[in-house]
Amino acid sequence: MIELFTTAEKHLRKRHRSEWRFRWLGRLAILFSLGFLLIMLVSITSLGKGALSRAEIALEVDLSGAETLEDVNPKKSVRTALFATFPEVTDRSERRDLLGLLSADSSYELVRQIKNNPALLGETPTLWFTASDNIDLYTKGEVDISLPEDRRRLKDNTVGWVQTLESRDALRKVFNTAFFTSGDSREPELAGIFSALVGSILSLTVCFALSFPLGIMAALYLEEFSSKSRWSDFIEVNINNLAAVPSIVFGLLGMAIFLNTFGLPRSSPLVGGMVLALMTLPTIIIASRAALRSVPPSIREAALGVGATRVQTTFHHVLPLAMPGMLTGAIVGMARALGETAPLIMIGMVAFIVDVPKGLTDAATSLPVQIFLWADSSERAFLEKTAAAIMVLLALLVVMNIVAIVLRKKFEHRY
Amino acid sequence: MAQSDITFAGRKRPMEKLVKLALFLASVLAIFVTLGIVLSMVFETWQFFQRVSVREFLFGLEWSPQTAIRADQVGSSGSFGAVPLITGTLLISGIAMIVAAPIGLISAIYLAEYASKRVRGWVKPLLEMLAGIPSVVYGFFAALVVAPFIRMTGGQLGLEVASESALAAGLVMGVMIIPLISSLSDDVLNAVPNSLREASLGMGATQAETIKRVIVPAAFPGIAGSFLLAASAAIGETMIVVMAAGLAANLTANPLEAVTTVTAQIVALLTGDQEFDSAKTLSAFALGLLLFTTTLILNMIAMRIVNTYREQYD
Repeated sequence: MIELFTTAEKHLRKRHRSEWRFRWLGRLAILFSLGFLLIMLVSITSLGKGALSRAEIALEVDLSGAETLEDVNPKKSVRTALFATFPEVTDRSERRDLLGLLSADSSYELVRQIKNNPALLGETPTLWFTASDNIDLYTKGEVDISLPEDRRRLKDNTVGWVQTLESRDALRKVFNTAFFTSGDSREPELAGIFSALVGSILSLTVCFALSFPLGIMAALYLEEFSSKSRWSDFIEVNINNLAAVPSIVFGLLGMAIFLNTFGLPRSSPLVGGMVLALMTLPTIIIASRAALRSVPPSIREAALGVGATRVQTTFHHVLPLAMPGMLTGAIVGMARALGETAPLIMIGMVAFIVDVPKGLTDAATSLPVQIFLWADSSERAFLEKTAAAIMVLLALLVVMNIVAIVLRKKFEHRY
Repeated sequence: MAQSDITFAGRKRPMEKLVKLALFLASVLAIFVTLGIVLSMVFETWQFFQRVSVREFLFGLEWSPQTAIRADQVGSSGSFGAVPLITGTLLISGIAMIVAAPIGLISAIYLAEYASKRVRGWVKPLLEMLAGIPSVVYGFFAALVVAPFIRMTGGQLGLEVASESALAAGLVMGVMIIPLISSLSDDVLNAVPNSLREASLGMGATQAETIKRVIVPAAFPGIAGSFLLAASAAIGETMIVVMAAGLAANLTANPLEAVTTVTAQIVALLTGDQEFDSAKTLSAFALGLLLFTTTLILNMIAMRIVNTYREQYD
């Protein structure tokens, strides 16, 4: 009797242990996903925050002989100023190394500074110039100078010069506004996300302008006007399937139809937006239908009861009430379109774009495609830029989703 | 009299008919898009099969598409056997499913059956964040962090790991599709009626036993549907494989080697400038059609399963 009791107890204890194990398995599974998310975000932020600052070098530029901008030979002035800072360097090849301290665009920077402040002409001002990417990495502590000279990116002489500059307070780190205000560049220290951002905004505008009205119209037809028939079932199955088609297939469609059949301009935000619109359309239709369904039938019956037609009822009463829900769905759809890369690559938005696109038919790229392009680059300094661009992209997505949530909370109706 | 009423209404509001027509046309657009996808790809694929036989494409073991610079060049035709791409795709999405299926399902079970309302309120949106992160970000992370990590770990274990291994791409892709499985499975688990739970618990079963023997079997069709949808997403995923899996068309089942996928090849074939009519360019559309049909079939089955199952308990 007693023995029987203990076996039962043992068995029960075993079952409880297995219960406990199962529960922990669940916790571990969730922790795995969240841990992955955390590691991914932390590694990207720690890599990307470097791109938010950049190194600048101070040079005393002799502009005393110049009265107008035309009198200045910017390239020569910067060189002379640089050589004057290190008069002990006379060897030709060493001087070439010395020029490597500055970014390739330093002469443009000089012109820009004079344009902004013409009073500099005729003076000998101390001006700040963007340092090259290797110096930039060095100031961020990413060049290990304990390595032998041939295995690191800075030569001994350069390290010496940088240390001299540091001791003279002629090297500083500033917030990298250029990252947000300039386009792509072959030089990592000059590359920015602005043109990609504008490309994204233009494409999304086209996408929204097409998919939002069309999505609402389709949803209105399916919810308010169509009778439940085979035909509307067929449309519905079609929409649900489109929502799950791989995005790259939409890129192929865009390439074959928009580019090759209609001859629309390649790489343009117009075509990009159209492809994204086709992709977002199912999402918007599905969300809009849900919003329409949440409007109670009593509203429709009341309107119809006082003599409104079906169209009047829909447009005067049902649609306004469903609008917040539809907008929420549209924003979520736009957020997905913003992160989309593959279909845009297909229609040629992968070009190297320096200039900010001015219209819908200019060649452009988009933020995620810019990330893809930079990630492909072998230069160490571009890694930082890639991570920083990802941070901007994720920040935009977070903002869009927060707007959607706030909108939903604010207009949430309980009938 | 009644007849004149109808004509009167029709004359008075001609706009309404127009509005209805416009709404109808908008809803038909979805069908046109599907039709456009199918027609454009079928057309290009048909042209492709004028140059390369269907048999070579579907059963050929070698993939090396080239465009000829001169007509008489050796190997100018290239070879278009898609088998290595198909196996590569299956290998990577297989790894992704091995990661995502158990983790997604167990997470869903925990959220649906164990988690308190507060925990659920926090964890669910966080998991969905994983689905909201663009795939280009996963691709970057896979290439930058995960692939070197696997290579290093493999090296310490004395294994030869390619720098663009299938394992790295598959692993990261798996994490990306976890939320697909967990949120859909969570829905179907919640749809299992409480009477089943109560009956099992009332018989003295522990919660884990109830879940394993009653709830999961009852929700199984829906769970299977979510697996199919996730698999279809994995097969169609592009950016992760483009950035982390590379372009080497190896016919291998070893996850430590580099493989390529259908989607990565489509991107590789169509980026850069080339004439539109070459077999190389056209082959991308054949691959696209293959991809579209596969994912379409998977999605149709999955949606059918999920829908029938939902009706069962409603």
